Amino acid sequence: MILRNPTVRIVRLPAALMGPSAAGRMATRVRSRDGIVPHAGSDGTAEGGDGVQDWRSDSLYIAEIRRDMLRFAVLQLRDSQSAEDAVQEALLAAFDGADRFSGRSALKTWVFSILRNKIVDAIRQRTRTVNVSALGAEGDSLDESFEALFDDKAHWQHDTAPGQWARPDEALEQQQFWEVFDACLDHLPENTARVFMMREFLELDTDEVCRELGISAGNCHVILHRARNALRRCLDGGWFAGEGA
Amino acid sequence: MRCKDASRLVSQALDRPLSIGELIRLRSHLAICRGCSNYRQQMLFLRRALRRYSSGKTSAG
Repeated sequence: MILRNPTVRIVRLPAALMGPSAAGRMATRVRSRDGIVPHAGSDGTAEGGDGVQDWRSDSLYIAEIRRDMLRFAVLQLRDSQSAEDAVQEALLAAFDGADRFSGRSALKTWVFSILRNKIVDAIRQRTRTVNVSALGAEGDSLDESFEALFDDKAHWQHDTAPGQWARPDEALEQQQFWEVFDACLDHLPENTARVFMMREFLELDTDEVCRELGISAGNCHVILHRARNALRRCLDGGWFAGEGA
Repeated sequence: MRCKDASRLVSQALDRPLSIGELIRLRSHLAICRGCSNYRQQMLFLRRALRRYSSGKTSAG
């Protein structure tokens, strides 16, 4: 649900929901917890069934989830104001529907799914999110490094054939892996990254991505493959090479 | 099939249904090419990691 006039509700929300300056203004109000959902004494880490009732008044938890959401939104919208807006709208929507959840892990998944929808809305409202001519220039350098993987018969070079990544599922549980992953995403050229994220994060189908951007399906596939290969190479060098693969 | 073409199809398989012909050719190439099989596993891992990233599951919390 989209709240057309969020300011009406903001007075009831913890300061962590707002940006840093708003957080300062709201500090006193939050400490007094006036008008907020009854607080059952959560320690901010509880995973149990009663943890959810508290989350809307747990400003530490909200600050943490808001930070993660903001990083995710900025990565895709590349504009802190529209990212802030998307995050705030998603949190406001989440406040209304949070009763259905029995654990914070499920809650976070759900809040992020709302956020993805808000980001899709923001992208659709923009007249142009991707600089199509810049895509070509970015592609040239990514294509060069892709071509260099193959010999003149279009088979893998001796030393560039993909190896077997060691214990990939364990990597997903490690904080350091996600730091590398973050850095690798940041390394993708801006326009290529945006096309890639529309597909992978927002899970738009390829036809819709192409249509939004006014590019051909063939071109879309080329861009997505470039991005995947660049990300793969970055993780290969930045993580798996050191894992004894 | 050449590795360069196989790697493109492996990526496209994440975005569109391949034709029967493409599937058969890709499958017979993957059966004999370790590099391309690994490439496919890496691409599937990327998809898993990206899905997790977009659900905010990048740490224990």
